[in-house]
Parts: sequence; C-alpha cells; structure tokens
Amino acid sequence: MMKTEVNTAMKLRTMRRHVGEGTKNVYRNGWMSVASIGAVTMTLALVGVFIAIVLNLNEIAKTIEKDVEIKVLIDLLATEEEIEELREEIDELPTVDSIRFASNDEELLSLAESMGEQGEAWLLYQQDNPLNHAFIVQTIEPTDTEPTADQIEEFDFVDKVNFGKDVVENMFKFNKFARNVGLVVIIGLVLTAIFLISNTIKLTIMARSKEIGIMKLVGATNGFIRWPFFVEGMLLGILGSVIPISMILFGYSYLENLLRDQIHFRVIELLPFNPFAWQLSLVILAIGTFIGVWGSVMSVRKFLKV
Amino acid sequence: MIKMKDVHKKYKNGVSALNGIDIHIEQGEFVYIVGPSGAGKSTFIKLIYREEKASQGSVVINGINLSKLKEKKVPFLRRDVGVIFQDFKLLNKLTVYENVAYALEVIEESPKHIRKRVMEVLDLVGLKHKARFLPDELSGGEQQRVAIARAIVNNPIIVIADEPTGNLDPDTSWEIMNTFEEINSRGTTIIMATHSRELVNTLKKRVIAIEGGVIVRDEDRGEYGYEA
Repeated sequence: MMKTEVNTAMKLRTMRRHVGEGTKNVYRNGWMSVASIGAVTMTLALVGVFIAIVLNLNEIAKTIEKDVEIKVLIDLLATEEEIEELREEIDELPTVDSIRFASNDEELLSLAESMGEQGEAWLLYQQDNPLNHAFIVQTIEPTDTEPTADQIEEFDFVDKVNFGKDVVENMFKFNKFARNVGLVVIIGLVLTAIFLISNTIKLTIMARSKEIGIMKLVGATNGFIRWPFFVEGMLLGILGSVIPISMILFGYSYLENLLRDQIHFRVIELLPFNPFAWQLSLVILAIGTFIGVWGSVMSVRKFLKV
Repeated sequence: MIKMKDVHKKYKNGVSALNGIDIHIEQGEFVYIVGPSGAGKSTFIKLIYREEKASQGSVVINGINLSKLKEKKVPFLRRDVGVIFQDFKLLNKLTVYENVAYALEVIEESPKHIRKRVMEVLDLVGLKHKARFLPDELSGGEQQRVAIARAIVNNPIIVIADEPTGNLDPDTSWEIMNTFEEINSRGTTIIMATHSRELVNTLKKRVIAIEGGVIVRDEDRGEYGYEA
C-alpha cells in the first residue's frame, strides 16, 4: 500500500485553492451532487427522527422508574417511638435514597383525590380513619426496589409492603429491552447511512476516475488530488444535513407545543427543546460531515493506487 | 537524457510487450517511434513517464533510475515529462485556461506567474482567444493544441506524444507538427509515436522502429518504412 504523504508545509494559497476547487466541484458535478446530498438527507432524517424517538422513550422510562416507590404500611398498634425506630432502621439501609412519613389522614386525602367525585364518599371516614400510617420509601437505584422491599418486610411493626411487584418487574424488563433494541437500530441505521452515502459518492467519483488519471498525468501528488475531494465530501455532508436539521428543529418545537397544550398528555414529557434539539442537530451535522468526508476520501483512495 | 538498457516488459496477463530494448536519446532530439500496432510502441512510451515499470533492465530519465523511483516521487518525474495523447485527455469541466493552469497549480506556482505563463503558452499554440472556452466547444485540432499547451507549460525537458495526430485531418496534423517543431527548437526533447507515413517521410527526423518488442531499425533522418 502506498503511504499517504502529508505535506505539513502546504502553502496557505494552496489550501485556499483546494477549498475553492472542492466547492466548485459540488456544482460542476450537478446532478451527481444532488444525488449524494439526497442520499445524505434521507438517511440523516431517518437517523435523526429515530434518535429523537429512542432518547425520548428512554427519558419517559426513566421518569416512570423514578416514580417507583415502596409504601410501607405501619402496624396499626405501633407507638410513636416504635414508628421512629422503624424509620431509623429503614433509613440505614444502604439502598434507600429517601423516606417520607405519610399519616393516615394524608393517605385518605390522596385516596379520595385519586377517585375524583366518587372519592368524596371516602372523606366520611375522616373521623374514624381505617388506614395505616405509612412510609414512602425511594431507593437510589430503581432496580433495587424489590430487594429493599423484601428487607423492609422483615422489620418489626411493618404491617405490609407494597410496590406494585408485577408492574415494576415487567417495566424494568421492557425498558431494558427497548433500550437495547433502540441502540441496535440506531447503530444499524448509521451504518446503513454510511454505506449508502459512501456508495453514492463512490459513484460520483467513479465517473471521475478519468479526471483523477489526468491529474496524476500532469504530476499532481496524491495529497493534492485528495484535498478538493475532502472539501467536496465535507460540503456534501453539510448540505445533506441542512434539511434533516431544520426538520428536527421545526418538528420538535411543534410537537413540544402541541403536547404542552394537551392536558391529557401531561404525563408524557419530552426532553426540553433547548438543549436537546440543538444537541441532536449537532450530532446529525457531525454524522453528515463525517460520512461525506469518509465516503469521498475512501473512494478517491481507490483511484490513487496505480 | 533517456537511457534504456536491456529493458523487458511482461504484463501480468502474460503478454511480453518489450523484449530487450537498448536505446539512448539525447537532450533536444526529435524522435519518431514507428511500428505496427501491438509492436510495443505504447509500452515503450509508458515506461518513460513511469505509467508502467520495466520488468527487467533499467530505464534512466535525466539521471533518475525509474526502477528505483519511489511511488511518492512519480509526480515529480511527471513534472519534467509532458505527455500528449491521441484522445487529448483534457478535463472537460474546466476551461481551456483552467486545463493548462492545472499543471502549474499542481507545482504550487504563484497565481500571478500562472496567469502570465498560461497566456504565454496559449499564445504559442495559437489559442489565446479561446482561453475561456470548454474543450467540447473546440475542434479536435484545437483540443490537441490545448493538450500540448498543458504538456509544455511547466517547461518539461521531454515531451512525449502517443499518436498525437491520430484523430486529426492532414491539415490540422501539420499545424500540430509545426507546434512540435517550434517546441523542439527551444531545446525540448520530443518523442512521438505515430502511424503517419506522410509526417515521418516529410519532416525527417530520427526514426526508431519497434517490432515484436525489440528495436529493428534506428536511423537519423529515417523513413517510415511500412506499407500503409
């Protein structure tokens, strides 16, 4: 294999020439450039939308996981000192993040509230509250919920421990699955994008193999030939990310506004436009630029080996 | 200037194009390479600008042994050897001016010098007024003159032409030959492979005839020597 010659002492004038030449090549190649930019646009749009969906799903899953809490119903006969003792015991568990006391009055109120209008009937029990006092416990890691709950159940003065066992377990399983699948799909899409785009660019360069041959004939070094292609690929990548980026910026802010106005969807909270949409745009620009440069440099390399 | 010693060239597909060439060409000579198709003329020419490498023997151009020349250095050899082809090999998307200027941009000349030198050479080949045209807008003869301008713009010591008049009518061919004469009179070595009996027999120069990969004749002011 031939060694790449890196001319560090390249004149500024020459660099300017390469940039100018690469830029001119984009429009000199007319439809070929349009085809490359089109391929970049399509794939980047797909990658962008998918990344946005996966990251948002991930965020929603995280939010739900965070809300997972253990409700420790305290024995109805426990005295205040005993309750305090229990609190200290639970608090000392290494997996526990926070613990909050909820009196039976609070519990009744929140129960009534959650039932809406029919719930008001529950308020009749206010004089003679049948509910337990409770501790609301949250673990540091959501996945520690179950073992922590099991430990607490063994403590004295505990009547019952609730944490929605089935729901939580299934949710964790699903979240893990969704994350892995999302990652695989994103990687797959990016690879497909690289393949597709470098192929398109390769085609446009293949059409110019004669051109490269002529350049070599008049004594151009490989580096000299490569630079304009580098610039050209970079421009194709950048131009190809313009539409996907504007699509994401506009689409995302539109969606965010739409969801904000809809009371029913308050549960679903999107990642905030700022900085998420900007970060995503940057990632897309970076992928686009990389793919463009990589595609063209790799393709030229083939023709530089004589 | 150009020295070949016992040069053999065998292609990967098994074809032996050259079978022991010994030659010495001096600076400032004008040499015709003649011979039937497939005799090895093109291979002989390709060895000089290092498009092909000799399988055996040595090719020395201007003191540089090409068999020892590193791949990286090939571009620098090409700057001393101007090449002209039957099919012109111009960059079709560039104007006449840009095509010629390219050979100077490659060696990182200053834009000021490039402008001056390109116009000088275009004047020499009589195409100054067509500098802004694209190759497709020119006649075959004009395109070949652009190729010649490009080949000589950086003052190479050797100009190689592989059937430069092969695609041109007789009148245009003579124009091209006059340009070669002009370049040669300034001290540039010219090596030209051709099938044109008329050119060789009228404008008498050294003739090297190659057949079956060996030199069968080498005479000063020689004749074409083949039936048309």
